[in-house]
Amino acid sequence: MSDQPTTAVDLAWNVRNSVSKAVDVVDEYLARIDERDGEINAFNLVLTDQARERAAEIDEMISLGRDPGPLAGVPVALKDNLCTRGIPTTCSSKILADWKPPYDATVVTRLRDAGAIFVGKTNLDEFAMGSSTENSAFGPTKNPLDTSRVPGGSSGGSAAAVAANFAAVSFGSDTGGSIRQPAALCGVVGVKPTYGAVSRLGLIAFGSSLDQIGPFAHTVRDAAVALETISGHDPGDSTSIQQGPLDLSRTLDSGVEGLRVGRISDLPKGASPDVEERLEAAFDALREAGAEIVDVEMPAFNYGLTAYYLIAPAEASSNLARFDGVRFGMRTPAPDTNSMYTATRTDGFGAEVKRRIMLGTYALSAGYYDAYYGRAQKVRRLIANDFAAAYAKADVLLTPASPTVAFKLGDKASDPLAMYLCDTYTIPSNLTGDPGMSVPFGTGEHGMPVGVQILAPALKDHVMFQAAATLERHMQNHQDQNVSGS
Amino acid sequence: MSITYVNDDGYYPSNEEHPRWEHEGYEMVVGLEVHVELATRTKLFSSAPNRFGDEPNTNIDPVTLGLPGALPVLNRQAVELAMRLGIALNCTVQKSTFARKNYFYPDMPKAYQISQYDEPINIDGWLDLPDGFRVGIERGHLEEDTGKSTHVGGAGGRIHGSDYSLIDFNRAGVPLVEIVSRPDIRHPDQAKAYVTELRGILVAVGASDAKMEEGSMRVDANVSVRKPGANFNTRCEIKNVNSVRSLGRAIEYEAQRQVLLHEAGEPVVQQTRHWDENDGRTHTLRSKEDADDYRYFLEPDLVVVDPGIEWIEAVRAALPVLPSERRAGLAAITGLAAHSEAIMVVTDRGHDGFVMDVAKHGGNAEIALKHLQQLPGAAGVPAEDVAKLTTMEASGGLTATQAKQVLADMVEAGGGDAETIAAGKGFEAMGNSELESMVDAAIAAQPEAWEKFCAGESKAMGALVGAIMKASKGQADGKAVTALLNAKKS
Repeated sequence: MSDQPTTAVDLAWNVRNSVSKAVDVVDEYLARIDERDGEINAFNLVLTDQARERAAEIDEMISLGRDPGPLAGVPVALKDNLCTRGIPTTCSSKILADWKPPYDATVVTRLRDAGAIFVGKTNLDEFAMGSSTENSAFGPTKNPLDTSRVPGGSSGGSAAAVAANFAAVSFGSDTGGSIRQPAALCGVVGVKPTYGAVSRLGLIAFGSSLDQIGPFAHTVRDAAVALETISGHDPGDSTSIQQGPLDLSRTLDSGVEGLRVGRISDLPKGASPDVEERLEAAFDALREAGAEIVDVEMPAFNYGLTAYYLIAPAEASSNLARFDGVRFGMRTPAPDTNSMYTATRTDGFGAEVKRRIMLGTYALSAGYYDAYYGRAQKVRRLIANDFAAAYAKADVLLTPASPTVAFKLGDKASDPLAMYLCDTYTIPSNLTGDPGMSVPFGTGEHGMPVGVQILAPALKDHVMFQAAATLERHMQNHQDQNVSGS
Repeated sequence: MSITYVNDDGYYPSNEEHPRWEHEGYEMVVGLEVHVELATRTKLFSSAPNRFGDEPNTNIDPVTLGLPGALPVLNRQAVELAMRLGIALNCTVQKSTFARKNYFYPDMPKAYQISQYDEPINIDGWLDLPDGFRVGIERGHLEEDTGKSTHVGGAGGRIHGSDYSLIDFNRAGVPLVEIVSRPDIRHPDQAKAYVTELRGILVAVGASDAKMEEGSMRVDANVSVRKPGANFNTRCEIKNVNSVRSLGRAIEYEAQRQVLLHEAGEPVVQQTRHWDENDGRTHTLRSKEDADDYRYFLEPDLVVVDPGIEWIEAVRAALPVLPSERRAGLAAITGLAAHSEAIMVVTDRGHDGFVMDVAKHGGNAEIALKHLQQLPGAAGVPAEDVAKLTTMEASGGLTATQAKQVLADMVEAGGGDAETIAAGKGFEAMGNSELESMVDAAIAAQPEAWEKFCAGESKAMGALVGAIMKASKGQADGKAVTALLNAKKS
């Protein structure tokens, strides 16, 4: 096994051109999982048999001269909040531990139709609530680059699966940074596309107006292909945008000549010096590549976190009300219906989920709605105004993806506020529905990776990818520029 | 839906001319909330069938059951039917949104109901009752129905104290329109007329079969009482009213109950009350303090519904003729009042068109209307046959009684020539001279009765007419007999 993992694009090319067999590719990945996932715990479930069967089908198609699709034979991991027909989908919660959906999420169908092979369902913070994947009912996931550290969250399992090369591409969901932050902490590419670019049908909802599915990948191009595959209108999701798949690959190598890259001058402080340093290096790299750096002001950016922790829990309190023990999932028996609800939800949900349900219920309650949920929605509009003003001056914005590199397991587990601050830089674009992605850009403290976040206006995902590809090329050409851990 | 009014803003001045219920100097103030199941092929947010009476839990899918990951997609036909209804009720059709109404109940799959809250599709309309009384319509909004619970064991079929409960989710997600009237109703008969008229409109526009007995139309009444001119008092909401007749009874009972409380100086507590058909009373179901906090917020899984002017106008243009216009049509050709019983009954049965056809074939519309009211089956007879019959009757060629018998034969045979049938029955038109000799014979036979009749005792006429009818074997025309008797008197 070489140091550089094979990209999904290369894997698919090899399989489609009979250079390698899908069954061999899958066996190689399954062997790695078998060898190392006991330690990492990226997966809630490894689909060994299904993956091998599917790989054999792909090879069969090739031998019959049929094209299995752009992701032919590519091992893919799915966050365990994406519904898979007949395969347990748990959200890393006791309440859904044995639940098998009777249907596939739209993204799952599209990936299968593109020839992808599902190797497993990945761990997450319960119901995607958290930033370290420590809030899982099935134990935490460890960062493959340093197993004493967290992989970030909530899509920590999916980020770790790619970082450990258990899968060439994986998928997560991002409600407040749950793809971008773990991507940064695990040193992989992670994308939250424009809200509505990818169908949410079959994604178990956390905050419906914020949730968006996106890919993790080793390279920007892999992420582009993965996102192209899952995007495009779905009549089954009313909030899905009425247009075809995103076109990202075509302009991927166009560079950033003349691109206006925004620096948020009043960005909330709190990023550690190593992260700040890498962000500066990213600005330099883009400038070097022909971009123009412009200053923008976004006074409301700082309020994103507060607004988010009212809106997301409010929606979650409603979305998670259906887990009542009546129709599916866990049920704790009790003498009457109301006590059954209480007993089931008390036993089934973990502490963080309960905390957010209570927060959200309170924020929506009669007499408090205007002060909390109502005001948060107003702040949301202010942030959108800020972004609109910023995007009048800049084509993309650059920020840290995470304030720090990966922290130690247990460091923030008992301090929810410290944990919430992990998402300071990622949350605003969930509130506005704009795309954002994290690209690995060298390392910081302890030799751990740093991710730079690129933000772009809605449906300008391809511009964001152009900047990301430029940063990636810069890193390939300047491996020596990494900040060494102290 | 719950809207609180404090005064008569928006009350139509012309309503002042109509009768009001009154008790101990109080009047009633009533607003109605009517839930109607729309006659769509599929559910409001999924492709599961919308069908009544199927095996429990067969018309379901992930959306209906609120399974994790399922998402709602709005049914276009439901929007169109809601618009039809709104336009028929003179509402403004506007851009609308859906909200989540959050509460836990086993037959509520997602633990929230998707319902239109602060931006309903239909607002600000009215419904004219047949007698001209106008009831304001506050709103007519779309929402999804719940499943149906059956509580087994325990008392009274309530969830509390039952042994176990069965849930049928076939009804969950069925599209409803909730039509909320303004509190304009002042008499139990107006409430009944409102529901009857609304039902007629719903059926006419094809929005619903509107059957109260099957639950596809459910009526809740908000009732309060006050001294005329005063601000509105605390109201109670009455549920479980399963027929138009019960609605009148329930409202009247509730208003009287509240008058007694006011007179005794006791407060009327805002609460939901359950109408008990058997004892004819309303009983406390829950008070306002027990009410859930529904934590409404905009449904993030759906987008704004903006039908656009073109669609709205297309729906308006395609709207069928409404019952009120049909009644007006009958009134014009019969000379009867539009809200006369005959016109109401015949229109409600959908036979107004037949009466119009009879008139077009030269028949007598008023006579045809009377026959249709008494014999609905006549609508199955060719209109020209009925037209001929009414012409014969109008000209005195047949008495009303004879005509009825001829028509009954036509219904049985699916038509026929009135003259031939009448002749076959021996219904030769009775000549005036023949009738007159019968009248003379009757007067001669009962001189005492004749004297009394001439002295102005109209009762005495009965004996004379009876004798004539007997002599003619029921074939004499009652009107002609009376006319002859009166003519001979003077």
